[in-house]
Amino acid sequence: MADFSATSLARAVRWDTVVGALLVVVLLFSFGFADGFGNSLNLSFLIGNTLPIALIALPMTLLVVSGEIDLSVASTAGLSGAVMGALWNQGMAIETIIPLCLVLGAVCGLANGLLVTRLGLPSLAVTIGTLAAYRGIAQIVLGSDAVTDFPGQYLDFAAGRLGDSFLPRAFPPFLVLLGIAVVVLHATPFGRSLFAIGASEEAARFAGIRVKRHKLLLFVATGFMASLTGVFWALHYASARYDNATGLELSVVAAVLLGGIDFDGGRGTLGGAIAGVFLLGALQNVMSLLNVSAQSQIVVTGVLLVVSVLGPRLARRIAVARAGRRAAAAPVSEASAPTS
Amino acid sequence: MTHPSDTGPAPVLALKDISKSFGAVRALKNVSLELFPGQVHALAGENGAGKSTLIKTLAGVHRPDAGQVLLDGEPVVFHGPGDARDAGIAVIYQEPTLFPDLSIAENIFMGRRPRRALGRIDHKATREATAGLMRRLGVELDPDRPARGLSIADQQIVEIAKALSFDARVLIMDEPTAALTGSEVARLFGVVRTLREQGAAVLFISHRLEEIFEICERVTTLRDGARIASEPLQGMGEDDLVRRMVGRDLEALYPKQDVTPGEVALSVRRLTREGVFTDVSFEVRRGEIVGLAGLVGAGRTEVARAVFGVDRWDAGEVEVDGRGLTNGAPSAAMAAGLALVPEDRRAQGLVMDMSIERNIGLTGLRTTVRAGLMDRGAERSRSLDWAVRLQVKYARIADAVSTLSGGNQQKVVLAKWLATGPKVLIVDEPTRGIDVGTKAEVHRLLSQLAADGVAVLMISSDLPEILGMADRVLVMHEGRLTAEIPRSDATEETVMAAATGRVA
Repeated sequence: MADFSATSLARAVRWDTVVGALLVVVLLFSFGFADGFGNSLNLSFLIGNTLPIALIALPMTLLVVSGEIDLSVASTAGLSGAVMGALWNQGMAIETIIPLCLVLGAVCGLANGLLVTRLGLPSLAVTIGTLAAYRGIAQIVLGSDAVTDFPGQYLDFAAGRLGDSFLPRAFPPFLVLLGIAVVVLHATPFGRSLFAIGASEEAARFAGIRVKRHKLLLFVATGFMASLTGVFWALHYASARYDNATGLELSVVAAVLLGGIDFDGGRGTLGGAIAGVFLLGALQNVMSLLNVSAQSQIVVTGVLLVVSVLGPRLARRIAVARAGRRAAAAPVSEASAPTS
Repeated sequence: MTHPSDTGPAPVLALKDISKSFGAVRALKNVSLELFPGQVHALAGENGAGKSTLIKTLAGVHRPDAGQVLLDGEPVVFHGPGDARDAGIAVIYQEPTLFPDLSIAENIFMGRRPRRALGRIDHKATREATAGLMRRLGVELDPDRPARGLSIADQQIVEIAKALSFDARVLIMDEPTAALTGSEVARLFGVVRTLREQGAAVLFISHRLEEIFEICERVTTLRDGARIASEPLQGMGEDDLVRRMVGRDLEALYPKQDVTPGEVALSVRRLTREGVFTDVSFEVRRGEIVGLAGLVGAGRTEVARAVFGVDRWDAGEVEVDGRGLTNGAPSAAMAAGLALVPEDRRAQGLVMDMSIERNIGLTGLRTTVRAGLMDRGAERSRSLDWAVRLQVKYARIADAVSTLSGGNQQKVVLAKWLATGPKVLIVDEPTRGIDVGTKAEVHRLLSQLAADGVAVLMISSDLPEILGMADRVLVMHEGRLTAEIPRSDATEETVMAAATGRVA
């Protein structure tokens, strides 16, 4: 990364640094002042409850960077959990069920993607529609049943901890997925194209970037990850119900925006998004420990969302003003510096 | 005290020894300017010479650090654009910003429409007042027409009418002709002459020198924030003006080298996009610069878009070096060696918020890759190499292209495409809105590329540019190719005759 100049680095990470620093502050505060925060059971709860949000935040970050959004993710997760439960009740082997659910999720994402790229509909509207539709199908599939008797080793994997540590057993696989997502977004031509598409779709098209194909792929990946999350959710809480993960899309979007991903696309880093996810998770956890009422927690989350949309914009305005001043000052260094 | 002047009346508006700095940059240094009623005054200068700052000072956007603004000889201080407007100063920008869903009349009287009893809006009075303004300008525009769908030329007329409705005595026109066709420019000039006869003082800014000579009486030239000269245009030549602007003699503006054309590089056969263009066939050979002329809306840009694959075509075929291109696939066109420098550099040519480095890098996403990952070192050296070759003036390669001047932005677009080593280069309005110095550089570059064996198709609404640079001129009229004129026969008359559909 030697060729990564100090300024471009500073500009790229300004808001994520803020979020990262906030995360550290919240963690330090929590370890110091919130009784019970630091014990390994609570920490494993915190991480375990945050993992579903983090998993979906990975593809969601890429999607928002490209200027699109998918609000149907929680419903896709619920649908894949419901299908998993229904098929398990039918006596199908779990080894067959899980891949089927993942394919189903990819198909859900494909449907979103086709509606957006082929028909040119806005993704916000499309996925609000499929949010309802996928959840409805989930209810049709499983009714009001709750399926809980999944095989022990799967439940252990989803809910257990790594040895004596507070880390969930699912954490290392998550780190692998995170690594893949970071590389894809920040180090491949594909990721570079996403930033261009999000910043200016037309200019990207004129540069020969296959905009629709990129977006379609992202929607499929998002559906896939949403259903993976649905499977994880059902096993983690040992309960497959049609209403699993209801409302999760808001947490994901809130966390991603909090992490500095610009809602208009073209800006942000995955590191920031993941810091945003864990910041939200830690805040909710510590507020519960401090007996902050559920209503107040919602207020705090709401305020954070507004701050998250406002913060990066302010940070950027400052950065632009600085760059402008620098650019304006540039010619002077060449000319015979006039002083008054 | 104002300077004694060679014309009779006192100046309506004058700037006296104005200085303005932004940080360490002195954008204006002791600049004076006098605008007289009934006179069209040109403001000339390259990009970055301080024209915009001067206009914004007159319009009350900037407050000068030193010096005075004199209105009718009295010093005034504008605290904002509203003050300047109330003082009778109006600015017409290159691209007007009207409310698309409101009618022309509503746009003109936005926020101050005539009222009837009980505060009800008087639609009839609004309409009549608008019609009156249009009559004064000698233009026919229906006051009830919505602003949406008006050409830029018509939108400017609406802005001018709006300025008149504020009793503007000083009209500042900032590159009003940049996006207009020949006949629209003629109509605009008609309006300007009408205003002049009615006693308005006009400050006119244009990169097209011939326009300055056509419509203006005096010219003030700025260079590096300082006033170089303020003088009558009579007796001056374009060369004199250019020398004042750039401070040196400019090499020929159209440095076309003679090249013997090679093999056919781009072949377009019977290309049709329904309702847009029909049955368009032409060839461009290696080493050739082929001009594509025509009025705005004749379908030139649309042909270029279809050839490159941004739009689909309905019938016909396109070949680069004898290989057929896939319909609607820019990536395939790029792979075949085609490059398109699009018409609108801000929306199509560049991702404005991205760095210079990454904008140039966008066309190299397939080449600056190692093991599937971006090779940042290769990307940077490729971008730096081309930015330097094209002499882009920037502070850092990592700065957003939005911080560059228009001419330098255009160079970045060219760099981005030349970096692909194209066999065929299509340039759409390559010098629109860029200053004379950069324009000459772009022309020299195109000429050099052709000499190196690149086939160049140049779309331009700038007729002298077409005549000066093209080996051959294709002319489109209403979606069809109406003429192919060799360089030796190409004149303004022959090209315009074909462009307007008159048989030559």
